[in-house]
Amino acid sequence: MRRDIFNAIADPTRRSILMSLSTEAQNVNALADKYDMTRQAVSLHVKYLQECGVISIKKEGRERYCKLEAQKLSEVANWLEPFRKIWESRFNQLDSLLTKLQDKKENQND
Amino acid sequence: MTETKFETNGSQLTVTRTFNSPIDLVWRTWTEAELLDQWWAPSPWKSKTKEMSFKPNGKRLYAMVGPEGQEHWALTTYHSIEKPNMFSGSDAFCDNNGKVNEEFPIAQFKNEFNDKSGSTTVTIVSQYASEEHLKQVIDMGMKEGLKMTFEKLDELLPAINA
Repeated sequence: MRRDIFNAIADPTRRSILMSLSTEAQNVNALADKYDMTRQAVSLHVKYLQECGVISIKKEGRERYCKLEAQKLSEVANWLEPFRKIWESRFNQLDSLLTKLQDKKENQND
Repeated sequence: MTETKFETNGSQLTVTRTFNSPIDLVWRTWTEAELLDQWWAPSPWKSKTKEMSFKPNGKRLYAMVGPEGQEHWALTTYHSIEKPNMFSGSDAFCDNNGKVNEEFPIAQFKNEFNDKSGSTTVTIVSQYASEEHLKQVIDMGMKEGLKMTFEKLDELLPAINA
């Protein structure tokens, strides 16, 4: 199954992992210590996020470091979604304004 | 309920939306400061135009004012105008005197208005300087944007999964 950004953020633990990686890259063990679950469970989430393409994992000696792939995550989640929200909010307001202006015009013609 | 269409293609974005009003009226809401201020800022932000001259090489200097009074200033420069079918220009971030912030890329836009027997279809094409510039915008907005996005996506996800 192909995994994407929406699969990545569908789970609260994975969202939380992404949030903590947004400030700095972290090694998998340090990350695992933050969660009230087994290291293995956290490791599976990390693997899942990597498969979604939103983080990358780099080996340094015996440590594995997770880094947020900001570009990938941004493409959909950070950039396009707020953009979409902004325009939809604008357009809903514009609809109301147009209705108001048209009503006013019709009243003037009466 | 009319649907808004979004398309992306590299560093170019296209938004299409139909409004249930005649073209002349729709045109006015996009080109008169007093009307623009009533819808341009996404709620709960407010748009506040300081000055606007809608003509080729004319400018609109405005602020987006947040619920806590925070202000983001922007400068639109109009290039060509073909009333009531098209106007194009560029968007930049600036300070409250209109001094452009050079660290941010300038986006070019072209807005087209098409009469569809009493309704009006508006097409907005935004062209960012390059993919590099786009990355810059994304990286700069990353931390704050990420937080906001997760809140938004929490609302959004049930709809996507449905």
